Amino acid sequence: MSNVLKIKKGVEQGVNEFLKFLLESEKVKGIFALRKMNENGAVSYSLITHPEELKNAVPFAPLMPVNAGKILSGFTLEKAINEPIAAVLRPCELRAFIELIKRTQGNLDNYLLISSTCGGVYPLKSLTNGRFKEQVSQYWESVKNAEIASDVRPTCAACEYFIPQQADIIIATVGKKDLEKECSIFLNTKKGEEFAKGATGNIVTEEIETKDTSNLRQKREEQKKEDFDKLSKDGFGIKALVKIFAACLSCHGCSKACPICYCTLCDFDSKTHEYSPSSHEIEIEQKGGVRIPPGTLFFHTGRMIHMAVSCVSCGMCSDVCPVNIPVSTIFSKVGNSLQKLFDYLPGKDIEEPVPFGTYKEEEFTEIGEE
Amino acid sequence: MNEEYMPKIVGFLCNWCAYTGADLAGVARLKIPPSLRVIRVMCSGRIDPLFVTRSFFKGADGVIMMGCHPGDCHYQKGNYNARRRYVLLKNIFETLDLEPERVDLSWVSASEGPRYAKITEEFTEKIKKLGPNPVKEEIFI
Repeated sequence: MSNVLKIKKGVEQGVNEFLKFLLESEKVKGIFALRKMNENGAVSYSLITHPEELKNAVPFAPLMPVNAGKILSGFTLEKAINEPIAAVLRPCELRAFIELIKRTQGNLDNYLLISSTCGGVYPLKSLTNGRFKEQVSQYWESVKNAEIASDVRPTCAACEYFIPQQADIIIATVGKKDLEKECSIFLNTKKGEEFAKGATGNIVTEEIETKDTSNLRQKREEQKKEDFDKLSKDGFGIKALVKIFAACLSCHGCSKACPICYCTLCDFDSKTHEYSPSSHEIEIEQKGGVRIPPGTLFFHTGRMIHMAVSCVSCGMCSDVCPVNIPVSTIFSKVGNSLQKLFDYLPGKDIEEPVPFGTYKEEEFTEIGEE
Repeated sequence: MNEEYMPKIVGFLCNWCAYTGADLAGVARLKIPPSLRVIRVMCSGRIDPLFVTRSFFKGADGVIMMGCHPGDCHYQKGNYNARRRYVLLKNIFETLDLEPERVDLSWVSASEGPRYAKITEEFTEKIKKLGPNPVKEEIFI
Protein backbone atom coordinates (compact mmCIF):
# COMPACT_ATOMS: atom_id res chain seq x y z
CA MET A 1 0.00 0.00 0.00
CA SER A 2 1.30 3.43 -0.79
CA ASN A 3 -0.02 6.96 -0.84
CA VAL A 4 -1.56 8.07 -4.07
CA LEU A 5 -2.04 11.59 -5.28
CA LYS A 6 -5.30 11.74 -7.22
CA ILE A 7 -5.80 14.57 -9.67
CA LYS A 8 -9.21 14.98 -11.28
CA LYS A 9 -7.86 15.36 -14.77
CA GLY A 10 -6.77 13.14 -17.61
CA VAL A 11 -3.44 11.40 -17.11
CA GLU A 12 -1.50 13.47 -19.64
CA GLN A 13 -2.82 16.77 -18.39
CA GLY A 14 -2.59 15.73 -14.74
CA VAL A 15 1.04 14.67 -15.07
CA ASN A 16 1.90 17.81 -16.99
CA GLU A 17 0.43 19.87 -14.19
CA PHE A 18 2.31 17.87 -11.60
CA LEU A 19 5.57 18.43 -13.48
CA LYS A 20 4.74 22.10 -13.75
CA PHE A 21 4.18 22.21 -10.01
CA LEU A 22 7.60 20.63 -9.44
CA LEU A 23 9.28 23.23 -11.65
CA GLU A 24 7.37 26.26 -10.40
CA SER A 25 7.82 25.39 -6.73
CA GLU A 26 11.55 25.01 -7.52
CA LYS A 27 11.65 21.55 -6.05
CA VAL A 28 13.45 20.53 -9.20
CA LYS A 29 15.56 22.61 -11.56
CA GLY A 30 14.63 20.70 -14.69
CA ILE A 31 12.40 18.04 -16.16
CA PHE A 32 13.89 15.30 -18.26
CA ALA A 33 11.18 13.89 -20.49
CA LEU A 34 10.12 13.17 -24.04
CA ARG A 35 9.27 16.31 -25.97
CA LYS A 36 7.26 16.68 -29.16
CA MET A 37 9.52 17.59 -32.07
CA ASN A 38 7.09 17.86 -34.96
CA GLU A 39 3.45 17.29 -35.88
CA ASN A 40 4.05 13.79 -37.22
CA GLY A 41 4.69 12.42 -33.77
CA ALA A 42 8.48 12.52 -33.66
CA VAL A 43 9.76 12.90 -30.11
CA SER A 44 13.11 13.26 -28.45
CA TYR A 45 14.36 13.30 -24.90
CA SER A 46 14.86 16.85 -23.67
CA LEU A 47 15.79 18.75 -20.56
CA ILE A 48 13.09 21.33 -19.87
CA THR A 49 13.62 24.17 -17.43
CA HIS A 50 10.90 26.67 -18.39
CA PRO A 51 7.41 25.83 -17.10
CA GLU A 52 5.76 27.14 -20.29
CA GLU A 53 7.89 24.74 -22.37
CA LEU A 54 6.11 21.87 -20.61
CA LYS A 55 3.17 22.15 -22.98
CA ASN A 56 5.34 20.38 -25.55
CA ALA A 57 6.34 17.61 -23.12
CA VAL A 58 4.82 14.25 -24.00
CA PRO A 59 6.12 11.91 -21.30
CA PHE A 60 3.76 9.15 -22.44
CA ALA A 61 4.39 9.11 -26.17
CA PRO A 62 4.74 5.38 -26.92
CA LEU A 63 8.17 5.72 -28.50
CA MET A 64 11.70 5.23 -27.26
CA PRO A 65 14.15 7.14 -29.46
CA VAL A 66 17.00 6.09 -27.19
CA ASN A 67 17.16 4.23 -23.92
CA ALA A 68 17.03 7.06 -21.37
CA GLY A 69 19.08 5.06 -18.85
CA LYS A 70 22.06 5.65 -21.08
CA ILE A 71 21.47 9.43 -21.14
CA LEU A 72 20.95 9.76 -17.39
CA SER A 73 24.17 7.85 -16.81
CA GLY A 74 25.94 10.14 -19.26
CA PHE A 75 24.86 13.18 -17.22
CA THR A 76 26.42 11.77 -14.08
CA LEU A 77 29.48 9.93 -15.33
CA GLU A 78 31.92 12.09 -13.41
CA LYS A 79 29.85 13.20 -10.45
CA ALA A 80 26.25 13.55 -9.31
CA ILE A 81 24.26 16.37 -10.84
CA ASN A 82 24.28 19.39 -8.51
CA GLU A 83 20.64 20.44 -8.98
CA PRO A 84 17.66 18.16 -8.63
CA ILE A 85 16.13 16.92 -11.88
CA ALA A 86 12.90 15.00 -12.31
CA ALA A 87 13.35 12.31 -14.95
CA VAL A 88 10.31 10.70 -16.53
CA LEU A 89 11.24 7.37 -18.02
CA ARG A 90 9.96 3.88 -18.70
CA PRO A 91 10.52 0.92 -16.36
CA CYS A 92 13.14 -0.73 -18.58
CA GLU A 93 15.01 2.55 -18.96
CA LEU A 94 15.00 2.95 -15.20
CA ARG A 95 16.34 -0.55 -14.73
CA ALA A 96 19.02 0.10 -17.35
CA PHE A 97 20.05 3.25 -15.45
CA ILE A 98 20.35 1.35 -12.17
CA GLU A 99 22.30 -1.37 -13.94
CA LEU A 100 24.70 1.26 -15.29
CA ILE A 101 25.13 2.78 -11.83
CA LYS A 102 26.09 -0.65 -10.54
CA ARG A 103 28.73 -0.74 -13.22
CA THR A 104 30.02 2.63 -11.94
CA GLN A 105 28.64 4.53 -14.91
CA GLY A 106 26.43 7.01 -13.13
CA ASN A 107 25.06 8.44 -9.94
CA LEU A 108 21.53 8.40 -8.60
CA ASP A 109 21.80 11.43 -6.29
CA ASN A 110 19.58 14.42 -7.08
CA TYR A 111 17.46 12.50 -9.56
CA LEU A 112 13.75 12.24 -8.86
CA LEU A 113 12.76 9.16 -10.80
CA ILE A 114 9.25 9.26 -12.20
CA SER A 115 8.01 6.28 -14.14
CA SER A 116 4.74 4.74 -15.19
CA THR A 117 3.20 1.33 -15.53
CA CYS A 118 4.12 0.67 -19.10
CA GLY A 119 2.08 -0.49 -22.06
CA GLY A 120 5.12 -0.73 -24.27
CA VAL A 121 6.43 1.38 -27.14
CA TYR A 122 6.18 1.18 -30.90
CA PRO A 123 9.16 0.48 -33.12
CA LEU A 124 10.61 3.77 -34.31
CA LYS A 125 9.88 2.76 -37.89
CA SER A 126 6.14 3.15 -37.08
CA LEU A 127 6.62 6.90 -37.34
CA THR A 128 6.80 6.61 -41.10
CA ASN A 129 4.14 3.98 -41.71
CA GLY A 130 1.40 6.58 -42.21
CA ARG A 131 -0.98 5.33 -39.55
CA PHE A 132 0.93 6.14 -36.42
CA LYS A 133 -1.71 8.48 -34.98
CA GLU A 134 -4.36 5.82 -35.41
CA GLN A 135 -2.07 3.32 -33.68
CA VAL A 136 -1.57 5.63 -30.73
CA SER A 137 -5.30 5.94 -30.08
CA GLN A 138 -5.61 2.15 -30.23
CA TYR A 139 -2.67 1.95 -27.87
CA TRP A 140 -4.48 3.83 -25.10
CA GLU A 141 -7.55 1.62 -25.50
CA SER A 142 -5.35 -1.45 -24.99
CA VAL A 143 -3.59 0.10 -22.00
CA LYS A 144 -6.92 0.95 -20.38
CA ASN A 145 -8.16 -2.59 -20.82
CA ALA A 146 -4.83 -4.07 -19.69
CA GLU A 147 -4.25 -5.82 -22.98
CA ILE A 148 -1.17 -6.16 -25.14
CA ALA A 149 -1.27 -3.31 -27.67
CA SER A 150 -0.87 -4.63 -31.19
CA ASP A 151 2.24 -3.73 -33.22
CA VAL A 152 4.32 -2.68 -30.19
CA ARG A 153 7.92 -3.83 -29.99
CA PRO A 154 8.06 -7.62 -29.66
CA THR A 155 9.97 -7.32 -26.38
CA CYS A 156 7.34 -4.92 -25.03
CA ALA A 157 4.57 -7.37 -25.87
CA ALA A 158 6.50 -9.97 -23.89
CA CYS A 159 7.62 -7.78 -20.96
CA GLU A 160 6.62 -8.83 -17.45
CA TYR A 161 8.40 -6.03 -15.62
CA PHE A 162 6.12 -3.16 -16.54
CA ILE A 163 5.69 -1.94 -12.95
CA PRO A 164 8.69 0.23 -12.02
CA GLN A 165 9.12 -0.79 -8.37
CA GLN A 166 12.35 1.22 -8.07
CA ALA A 167 10.84 4.59 -9.08
CA ASP A 168 10.15 7.37 -6.58
CA ILE A 169 6.87 8.21 -8.25
CA ILE A 170 4.80 5.83 -10.37
CA ILE A 171 2.02 6.98 -12.64
CA ALA A 172 -0.59 4.29 -13.06
CA THR A 173 -1.89 3.73 -16.57
CA VAL A 174 -2.34 -0.01 -17.08
CA GLY A 175 -5.93 -1.08 -16.41
CA LYS A 176 -7.06 2.43 -15.41
CA LYS A 177 -10.46 2.60 -17.09
CA ASP A 178 -10.96 6.29 -16.24
CA LEU A 179 -7.68 7.38 -17.76
CA GLU A 180 -9.22 10.49 -19.32
CA LYS A 181 -10.82 11.67 -16.09
CA GLU A 182 -8.48 10.75 -13.29
CA CYS A 183 -4.76 10.71 -12.80
CA SER A 184 -3.23 8.43 -10.14
CA ILE A 185 0.27 9.34 -9.02
CA PHE A 186 1.73 6.72 -6.68
CA LEU A 187 4.25 8.09 -4.20
CA ASN A 188 6.40 5.03 -3.98
CA THR A 189 9.24 6.27 -1.75
CA LYS A 190 9.84 8.82 1.00
CA LYS A 191 11.63 10.98 -1.53
CA GLY A 192 8.60 10.87 -3.81
CA GLU A 193 6.29 11.94 -0.98
CA GLU A 194 8.62 14.75 -0.05
CA PHE A 195 8.56 16.16 -3.56
CA ALA A 196 4.81 15.80 -3.97
CA LYS A 197 4.06 17.75 -0.79
CA GLY A 198 1.93 20.76 -1.64
CA ALA A 199 0.70 19.51 -5.00
CA THR A 200 -3.00 19.90 -5.69
CA GLY A 201 -5.07 16.74 -5.43
CA ASN A 202 -6.38 14.27 -2.89
CA ILE A 203 -4.22 11.75 -1.11
CA VAL A 204 -5.61 8.24 -0.80
CA THR A 205 -3.98 4.87 -0.28
CA GLU A 206 -4.03 2.25 -2.97
CA GLU A 207 -2.18 -0.81 -4.22
CA ILE A 208 -0.30 -0.56 -7.49
CA GLU A 209 -0.75 -4.25 -8.19
CA THR A 210 -4.29 -4.89 -9.30
CA LYS A 211 -6.15 -7.73 -10.93
CA ASP A 212 -5.62 -5.98 -14.26
CA THR A 213 -1.85 -5.78 -13.89
CA SER A 214 -1.55 -9.44 -12.96
CA ASN A 215 -3.77 -10.32 -15.92
CA LEU A 216 -1.54 -8.37 -18.25
CA ARG A 217 1.54 -9.96 -16.75
CA GLN A 218 0.10 -13.37 -17.41
CA LYS A 219 -0.74 -12.49 -21.00
CA ARG A 220 2.74 -11.17 -21.59
CA GLU A 221 4.35 -14.23 -20.03
CA GLU A 222 2.41 -16.38 -22.48
CA GLN A 223 3.47 -14.12 -25.31
CA LYS A 224 7.07 -14.42 -24.23
CA LYS A 225 6.90 -18.20 -24.22
CA GLU A 226 5.34 -18.13 -27.66
CA ASP A 227 8.07 -15.82 -29.00
CA PHE A 228 10.83 -17.99 -27.59
CA ASP A 229 9.25 -21.12 -29.04
CA LYS A 230 8.80 -19.49 -32.41
CA LEU A 231 12.44 -18.51 -32.46
CA SER A 232 13.79 -21.97 -31.76
CA LYS A 233 11.26 -24.74 -31.69
CA ASP A 234 13.88 -27.47 -31.85
CA GLY A 235 16.69 -25.55 -30.19
CA PHE A 236 19.26 -23.38 -31.92
CA GLY A 237 22.50 -25.18 -32.72
CA ILE A 238 25.11 -23.73 -35.00
CA LYS A 239 23.05 -24.25 -38.18
CA ALA A 240 20.02 -22.35 -36.89
CA LEU A 241 22.19 -19.55 -35.48
CA VAL A 242 23.95 -19.05 -38.79
CA LYS A 243 20.53 -18.77 -40.44
CA ILE A 244 19.16 -16.30 -37.85
CA PHE A 245 22.18 -14.00 -38.11
CA ALA A 246 22.61 -14.59 -41.84
CA ALA A 247 21.72 -11.05 -42.85
CA CYS A 248 23.91 -9.33 -40.22
CA LEU A 249 25.81 -6.43 -41.76
CA SER A 250 28.18 -6.14 -38.83
CA CYS A 251 27.12 -2.51 -38.38
CA HIS A 252 27.25 -3.00 -34.56
CA GLY A 253 24.16 -0.79 -34.28
CA CYS A 254 22.71 -3.16 -31.69
CA SER A 255 25.66 -2.60 -29.39
CA LYS A 256 25.58 1.15 -29.90
CA ALA A 257 21.88 1.36 -29.08
CA CYS A 258 22.19 -1.02 -26.12
CA PRO A 259 22.05 0.79 -22.76
CA ILE A 260 24.21 -1.84 -21.07
CA CYS A 261 26.96 -1.71 -23.72
CA TYR A 262 28.58 1.39 -22.28
CA CYS A 263 32.20 0.84 -23.37
CA THR A 264 33.52 3.83 -25.30
CA LEU A 265 35.53 1.48 -27.45
CA CYS A 266 33.86 -1.89 -27.83
CA ASP A 267 36.28 -4.80 -27.91
CA PHE A 268 34.73 -5.83 -31.21
CA ASP A 269 35.41 -2.43 -32.78
CA SER A 270 39.00 -2.48 -31.60
CA LYS A 271 42.17 -3.69 -33.29
CA THR A 272 41.85 -7.04 -31.52
CA HIS A 273 39.03 -8.12 -33.78
CA GLU A 274 40.14 -6.38 -36.93
CA TYR A 275 40.65 -8.61 -39.93
CA SER A 276 43.92 -7.79 -41.65
CA PRO A 277 44.68 -9.00 -45.18
CA SER A 278 46.81 -11.76 -43.70
CA SER A 279 44.06 -12.95 -41.37
CA HIS A 280 41.77 -13.29 -44.38
CA GLU A 281 44.46 -15.35 -46.06
CA ILE A 282 44.90 -17.59 -43.05
CA GLU A 283 41.17 -18.17 -42.82
CA ILE A 284 40.93 -19.04 -46.52
CA GLU A 285 43.81 -21.43 -46.15
CA GLN A 286 42.29 -23.11 -43.11
CA LYS A 287 38.65 -23.21 -44.09
CA GLY A 288 38.57 -22.66 -47.82
CA GLY A 289 36.42 -19.53 -47.61
CA VAL A 290 35.59 -16.52 -45.53
CA ARG A 291 32.41 -14.54 -44.96
CA ILE A 292 32.59 -10.77 -45.49
CA PRO A 293 32.12 -9.11 -43.05
CA PRO A 294 33.65 -11.87 -40.94
CA GLY A 295 32.93 -12.94 -37.38
CA THR A 296 29.32 -11.78 -37.06
CA LEU A 297 28.22 -14.78 -35.03
CA PHE A 298 31.24 -14.39 -32.79
CA PHE A 299 30.33 -10.74 -32.26
CA HIS A 300 26.80 -11.56 -31.14
CA THR A 301 27.91 -14.40 -28.86
CA GLY A 302 30.62 -12.19 -27.45
CA ARG A 303 28.14 -9.44 -26.73
CA MET A 304 25.92 -11.97 -24.97
CA ILE A 305 28.83 -12.93 -22.74
CA HIS A 306 29.48 -9.29 -21.90
CA MET A 307 26.00 -7.95 -21.25
CA ALA A 308 23.19 -10.53 -21.45
CA VAL A 309 23.18 -11.02 -17.67
CA SER A 310 22.19 -7.35 -17.32
CA CYS A 311 19.83 -7.28 -20.32
CA VAL A 312 16.69 -5.35 -19.41
CA SER A 313 14.90 -6.41 -22.63
CA CYS A 314 14.19 -2.86 -23.75
CA GLY A 315 14.26 -3.90 -27.41
CA MET A 316 16.48 -1.07 -28.67
CA CYS A 317 18.74 -3.59 -30.46
CA SER A 318 15.95 -5.06 -32.57
CA ASP A 319 14.61 -1.61 -33.23
CA VAL A 320 17.79 -0.28 -34.78
CA CYS A 321 18.64 -3.44 -36.70
CA PRO A 322 18.53 -2.50 -40.40
CA VAL A 323 17.93 -6.09 -41.48
CA ASN A 324 15.29 -7.03 -38.88
CA ILE A 325 17.18 -9.73 -37.03
CA PRO A 326 15.21 -10.57 -33.85
CA VAL A 327 18.23 -9.59 -31.73
CA SER A 328 16.28 -8.61 -28.65
CA THR A 329 14.31 -11.86 -28.50
CA ILE A 330 17.49 -13.92 -28.64
CA PHE A 331 19.25 -11.73 -26.10
CA SER A 332 16.20 -11.85 -23.83
CA LYS A 333 16.18 -15.61 -24.00
CA VAL A 334 19.88 -15.91 -23.20
CA GLY A 335 19.57 -13.18 -20.57
CA ASN A 336 16.58 -14.78 -18.88
CA SER A 337 18.40 -18.06 -18.62
CA LEU A 338 21.47 -16.38 -17.08
CA GLN A 339 19.39 -14.28 -14.72
CA LYS A 340 17.62 -17.41 -13.53
CA LEU A 341 20.96 -19.13 -12.99
CA PHE A 342 22.30 -16.32 -10.80
CA ASP A 343 18.88 -15.47 -9.32
CA TYR A 344 19.31 -11.91 -10.48
CA LEU A 345 16.94 -9.34 -11.92
CA PRO A 346 18.78 -6.47 -13.60
CA GLY A 347 17.99 -3.09 -12.10
CA LYS A 348 15.95 -4.49 -9.22
CA ASP A 349 18.22 -3.60 -6.37
CA ILE A 350 21.00 -1.05 -6.53
CA GLU A 351 22.90 -2.78 -3.72
CA GLU A 352 23.01 -6.17 -5.40
CA PRO A 353 26.28 -6.66 -7.34
CA VAL A 354 26.29 -7.65 -11.01
CA PRO A 355 26.95 -11.42 -11.14
CA PHE A 356 29.83 -10.98 -13.58
CA GLY A 357 32.84 -9.81 -11.59
CA THR A 358 31.84 -11.05 -8.19
CA TYR A 359 31.72 -14.53 -6.65
CA LYS A 360 30.91 -16.58 -3.58
CA GLU A 361 33.38 -19.11 -2.30
CA GLU A 362 30.72 -21.69 -1.54
CA GLU A 363 29.00 -21.95 -4.89
CA PHE A 364 29.23 -24.34 -7.83
CA THR A 365 31.61 -26.39 -5.69
CA GLU A 366 31.10 -29.54 -7.77
CA ILE A 367 32.58 -27.88 -10.85
CA GLY A 368 36.10 -28.91 -11.88
CA GLU A 369 36.50 -31.50 -9.15
CA GLU A 370 35.54 -34.78 -10.87
CA MET B 1 45.57 -46.94 -43.70
CA ASN B 2 42.73 -45.96 -41.46
CA GLU B 3 44.05 -43.23 -39.25
CA GLU B 4 42.37 -42.82 -35.91
CA TYR B 5 40.52 -39.56 -35.42
CA MET B 6 42.39 -37.32 -33.01
CA PRO B 7 40.44 -34.23 -31.97
CA LYS B 8 42.03 -30.83 -31.65
CA ILE B 9 41.54 -29.47 -28.17
CA VAL B 10 42.61 -26.07 -26.91
CA GLY B 11 43.68 -25.98 -23.28
CA PHE B 12 44.09 -22.83 -21.21
CA LEU B 13 46.36 -23.71 -18.30
CA CYS B 14 47.20 -21.50 -15.38
CA ASN B 15 50.89 -20.93 -14.88
CA TRP B 16 51.08 -21.81 -11.18
CA CYS B 17 49.11 -25.03 -10.90
CA ALA B 18 47.82 -26.67 -14.07
CA TYR B 19 50.80 -25.82 -16.26
CA THR B 20 53.25 -27.01 -13.65
CA GLY B 21 51.08 -30.10 -13.20
CA ALA B 22 51.26 -30.73 -16.94
CA ASP B 23 55.01 -30.29 -16.79
CA LEU B 24 55.20 -32.81 -13.98
CA ALA B 25 53.16 -35.28 -16.01
CA GLY B 26 55.64 -34.84 -18.86
CA VAL B 27 58.69 -35.24 -16.65
CA ALA B 28 57.17 -38.39 -15.15
CA ARG B 29 56.70 -39.67 -18.72
CA LEU B 30 53.01 -40.33 -18.26
CA LYS B 31 51.10 -41.27 -21.40
CA ILE B 32 49.07 -38.27 -22.58
CA PRO B 33 47.08 -38.14 -25.84
CA PRO B 34 48.51 -35.61 -28.33
CA SER B 35 45.15 -33.85 -28.66
CA LEU B 36 45.71 -30.92 -26.33
CA ARG B 37 47.17 -27.63 -27.57
CA VAL B 38 48.26 -25.91 -24.42
CA ILE B 39 48.12 -22.15 -23.99
CA ARG B 40 49.69 -20.91 -20.79
CA VAL B 41 47.94 -18.07 -18.98
CA MET B 42 49.13 -16.49 -15.75
CA CYS B 43 45.88 -17.28 -13.94
CA SER B 44 42.64 -19.04 -14.77
CA GLY B 45 41.04 -15.69 -14.00
CA ARG B 46 42.75 -14.36 -17.10
CA ILE B 47 40.73 -16.68 -19.35
CA ASP B 48 38.30 -14.38 -21.06
CA PRO B 49 35.18 -16.33 -22.13
CA LEU B 50 35.84 -14.73 -25.52
CA PHE B 51 39.08 -16.78 -25.81
CA VAL B 52 37.01 -19.91 -25.42
CA THR B 53 34.29 -18.79 -27.81
CA ARG B 54 36.83 -17.71 -30.36
CA SER B 55 38.65 -21.06 -30.25
CA PHE B 56 35.28 -22.73 -30.58
CA PHE B 57 34.20 -20.73 -33.62
CA LYS B 58 37.61 -21.17 -35.21
CA GLY B 59 36.96 -24.90 -35.15
CA ALA B 60 38.45 -26.33 -31.95
CA ASP B 61 36.76 -29.66 -31.18
CA GLY B 62 36.97 -28.98 -27.48
CA VAL B 63 38.18 -26.31 -25.10
CA ILE B 64 39.36 -27.05 -21.58
CA MET B 65 40.33 -24.59 -18.88
CA MET B 66 42.51 -25.65 -15.98
CA GLY B 67 43.48 -23.77 -12.86
CA CYS B 68 44.35 -24.09 -9.19
CA HIS B 69 41.86 -25.69 -6.83
CA PRO B 70 39.50 -23.19 -5.18
CA GLY B 71 41.29 -21.57 -2.27
CA ASP B 72 44.73 -22.28 -3.74
CA CYS B 73 44.88 -19.50 -6.32
CA HIS B 74 48.26 -17.81 -6.57
CA TYR B 75 46.39 -14.51 -6.78
CA GLN B 76 43.85 -15.41 -4.05
CA LYS B 77 40.63 -15.22 -6.05
CA GLY B 78 41.30 -15.57 -9.78
CA ASN B 79 39.89 -19.06 -10.00
CA TYR B 80 36.65 -18.07 -8.26
CA ASN B 81 36.11 -15.50 -11.00
CA ALA B 82 37.05 -18.10 -13.59
CA ARG B 83 34.45 -20.45 -12.18
CA ARG B 84 31.66 -17.88 -12.52
CA ARG B 85 32.72 -17.05 -16.05
CA TYR B 86 32.75 -20.71 -16.91
CA VAL B 87 29.24 -21.20 -15.51
CA LEU B 88 28.05 -18.13 -17.44
CA LEU B 89 29.62 -19.29 -20.69
CA LYS B 90 28.32 -22.81 -20.29
CA ASN B 91 24.82 -21.47 -19.70
CA ILE B 92 24.96 -19.37 -22.88
CA PHE B 93 26.20 -22.37 -24.86
CA GLU B 94 23.35 -24.43 -23.41
CA THR B 95 20.74 -21.84 -24.39
CA LEU B 96 22.18 -21.61 -27.90
CA ASP B 97 22.58 -25.42 -28.17
CA LEU B 98 26.22 -25.06 -29.15
CA GLU B 99 27.21 -28.43 -27.65
CA PRO B 100 28.29 -27.15 -24.22
CA GLU B 101 29.87 -30.51 -23.39
CA ARG B 102 32.78 -29.47 -25.62
CA VAL B 103 33.74 -26.85 -23.03
CA ASP B 104 35.11 -27.93 -19.67
CA LEU B 105 36.86 -26.68 -16.59
CA SER B 106 39.05 -28.70 -14.21
CA TRP B 107 41.18 -27.93 -11.21
CA VAL B 108 44.68 -29.39 -11.31
CA SER B 109 47.32 -28.56 -8.74
CA ALA B 110 51.05 -28.34 -9.38
CA SER B 111 51.64 -31.76 -7.83
CA GLU B 112 48.83 -33.53 -9.67
CA GLY B 113 50.65 -34.80 -12.77
CA PRO B 114 48.68 -38.05 -12.90
CA ARG B 115 45.42 -36.12 -12.51
CA TYR B 116 46.38 -33.92 -15.45
CA ALA B 117 47.06 -37.00 -17.58
CA LYS B 118 43.77 -38.57 -16.52
CA ILE B 119 41.70 -35.45 -17.27
CA THR B 120 43.30 -35.00 -20.68
CA GLU B 121 42.72 -38.64 -21.47
CA GLU B 122 39.07 -38.57 -20.39
CA PHE B 123 38.26 -35.29 -22.11
CA THR B 124 39.88 -36.49 -25.34
CA GLU B 125 37.80 -39.68 -25.18
CA LYS B 126 34.66 -37.62 -24.63
CA ILE B 127 35.38 -35.39 -27.62
CA LYS B 128 36.27 -38.41 -29.75
CA LYS B 129 32.83 -39.81 -29.07
CA LEU B 130 31.21 -36.47 -29.96
CA GLY B 131 33.14 -36.28 -33.23
CA PRO B 132 34.39 -33.17 -35.00
CA ASN B 133 32.91 -29.82 -34.05
CA PRO B 134 29.92 -29.06 -36.34
CA VAL B 135 31.08 -25.43 -36.41
CA LYS B 136 33.74 -26.58 -38.87
CA GLU B 137 31.07 -27.38 -41.43
CA GLU B 138 29.98 -23.76 -41.39
CA ILE B 139 32.63 -21.93 -43.35
CA PHE B 140 30.85 -18.63 -43.74
CA ILE B 141 30.10 -17.49 -40.19
